[in-house]
Amino acid sequence: MNAQTFLLWSLALAELLFVMAMAFSVIRMLRGPSAQNRVLALDAFYVAGMGLILTFGIQTGDTVYFEAALVIALLGFVGTSALAKFLMRGETIE
Amino acid sequence: MTPGLPDWVAVLTAILVLLGSILTLIGTIGLLRFKSFYARVHAPTIGTTLGIGCVLIASIIYFSVLQSRPVFHEVLIMIFVTVTTPITLMLLVKAALHRDKDAGKDHMPSHPAD
Repeated sequence: MNAQTFLLWSLALAELLFVMAMAFSVIRMLRGPSAQNRVLALDAFYVAGMGLILTFGIQTGDTVYFEAALVIALLGFVGTSALAKFLMRGETIE
Repeated sequence: MTPGLPDWVAVLTAILVLLGSILTLIGTIGLLRFKSFYARVHAPTIGTTLGIGCVLIASIIYFSVLQSRPVFHEVLIMIFVTVTTPITLMLLVKAALHRDKDAGKDHMPSHPAD
């Protein structure tokens, strides 16, 4: 087994593990118990999705996936902080 | 896959990507299994710092060798995620404390194992 096939197999395994991480956070998001748990699960969900997209980028050798990961990081920050503010005050626009 | 890739780069990239995905998975398992919200906040941060960090370092090494010039724009994501995760989680925990106090559940976690 040479190094190239090792890289191919471990990239596929890493994608599987990232998808499992996303599935676990979806389970936590559905199970609840309260709103703050769901927001926390959303935060873990987008981080795992970002890792999955970065792994896709390494697999295809294309730098286009980097921009998608950057957009996910930016929008995830905005989304989570807006939801936290909503839980705090009950309204987001002041 | 890519013909001109040296062996050590392929092995290093593979190990770093695997390590990053395993750490992210461990973080979400903790998110699923811990008992209270204040314990659960700690678990996914291992994925946001170390897990994504390993994948980004692997990406930097791989694309730098592939394009035979230094490619460092992944550092942007690293800085951004490292800076923003504590801010969002602090806001979230503050909101959760506020909501618990309003709901009459005035339990502060008194013991770390609680």
